[in-house]
Amino acid sequence: MHVERLELIDFRSYHHAVVDLQPGPQVLVGPNGVGKTNVLEALHVLAAGGSHRVGGDEALVREGAQEAVLRAWTRDREGRGQEVSLALRPGGRNVARVDGAGVPRLRDALGRVRVVLFAPEDLALVRGDPADRRRFLDQLLAQRRPAYHAARQEFERALRQRNALLRQQRLGDPAAQAGLPTWTEAVATTGARLVAARLLACHALADPFAARAAELAGGAPGATPGLAYRLSTDRVEVADGGVQEVDPQGLARELAEGMRERAEEERERATTLVGPHRDELRIDLDGRPARSHASQGEAWTLALALRLAAREVLEEVGEEPVVLLDDVFSELDDGRRARLAAWCGRAEQVVVTAAVEGDVPLGGPRLLVRPGEVQASTGPDEHREARGEGDHGDPGQKERP
Amino acid sequence: MDYEGPIQDLITELGRLPGIGPKSAQRLAFHLLTVDATDARRLADAITSVKERVRFCEVCFNVSEGPRCRVCRDERRSDEVLCVVEEPRDVVAIERTGEFRGRYHVLGGAISPLDGIGPAQLRVKELLARLSDGAVTEVVIATNTSIEGEATASYLSRQLQPLGVRLTRLAAGLPVGGDLEYADEVTLGRAFAGRTQL
Ligand SMILES: [Zn+2]
Repeated sequence: MHVERLELIDFRSYHHAVVDLQPGPQVLVGPNGVGKTNVLEALHVLAAGGSHRVGGDEALVREGAQEAVLRAWTRDREGRGQEVSLALRPGGRNVARVDGAGVPRLRDALGRVRVVLFAPEDLALVRGDPADRRRFLDQLLAQRRPAYHAARQEFERALRQRNALLRQQRLGDPAAQAGLPTWTEAVATTGARLVAARLLACHALADPFAARAAELAGGAPGATPGLAYRLSTDRVEVADGGVQEVDPQGLARELAEGMRERAEEERERATTLVGPHRDELRIDLDGRPARSHASQGEAWTLALALRLAAREVLEEVGEEPVVLLDDVFSELDDGRRARLAAWCGRAEQVVVTAAVEGDVPLGGPRLLVRPGEVQASTGPDEHREARGEGDHGDPGQKERP
Repeated sequence: MDYEGPIQDLITELGRLPGIGPKSAQRLAFHLLTVDATDARRLADAITSVKERVRFCEVCFNVSEGPRCRVCRDERRSDEVLCVVEEPRDVVAIERTGEFRGRYHVLGGAISPLDGIGPAQLRVKELLARLSDGAVTEVVIATNTSIEGEATASYLSRQLQPLGVRLTRLAAGLPVGGDLEYADEVTLGRAFAGRTQL
């Protein structure tokens, strides 16, 4: 699918802005801090229900406004149009509409706009904590399988209940001990559903990840990248594109057994030590953790390859997601830039932001971003658009607000 | 800023009700200010008499006007099947299906360590006492499909297993995470008819 038009009302720095987009590549150009990223963020919020940058919605609503409204007009591969809107009301309930009609639950509207976003912060996928990579899998699954979000909420509820019981146990409540098996079972059952979904995602990512990493590396000889999933029980499952099924019941037994084995430690620390909240998606180079063993160039390749692989996994069901690249080209060396550009040429729609237009070796329209507005590059800038691919303009020509 | 006198008292009291925020409490209070005195008195009487006249059934802990509730007084119902629910409102939901002719046992909630509710805070002891004479041959566990409801069901099945009574759980098909009272009659009735042995 692709987005034809995006409307922002009281979102971040925008009073009201309308951005017309086209299939294929396009570049949002403007100096840092004018709100280019906010446009990509808006698309991400419509796709996933929240920002990729901040946890709460407060920061997304323009100072002084009660709510922010995002609206996107999309067109799918069969040519059907759809309008999806989302009103963000911090402190209240966010309201989503599809083609103007309210939907009972927010998640009924999510996933209609599909995106894969790549931002400089994504280097944390390789360099960051296990939590960063867990979040990556969770966000991917929230888009790939609508039931995942609800399953996660159930797990988190069970986890909080079990931790509350462990705290009561530490305080010497004799009834807490008797209640533990029930909540161990609840955490194991709900947790196993998440682990199963994540393992399947991990296996599905294996081949596209390897292919994209090789493509971005440009055939240069180097270490072989790989993915693996390490469970909280310390068992490691190496990602394998051939695996199509996992057994949630077996996983539930494994988690319950793990909790029984670590009962002593859990009692002392009064927290649950086994479950998907302690798992890790591992990115390896020649079998060693890329987190510590990848060079800066390799780290970029791996992070980018993971995002691009995620897009392929999303595409397995339904529509091709829009690729959003936030100021990424400037981080890459010339070879990787050219190879990423080649990959972008095959995507249905790509929206790129850049401070320096010359950093982006992609054709397509240029949209000028000024504080509070986004403008199609027309008038004096038209000639630049007409020059098209291969000529990236002179950054010195760019308009400044 | 607070209002002065009785109107603020009313807003405060209404605001303590579940699901009523400060804004709703204010709206309700000013609405009540405009209604007829007789309408206002009827509401006040209803609140007073619910506290004076309604109590919990001494057998099943359903709400009841007398010592025993309507279901427990009904001699046509079977003493062999006992349906365990969380709240009195679940009894109403199941009664609406017309699928069940046994008796009930109302736990008074579900196990939730976060809220400080364990088996001791629920009427589990009373349930075990009711099962001790062997008259009940099947216990249907009809707690909600929420995490807490499922945990309560799993706890009860552990406790009741040694008694040798047949244990059943409502069939799949109920919305996950939902309260029984929100399931429509047909769905709930079907879940009841197709209950599965634990
Ligand atoms: Zn009764």
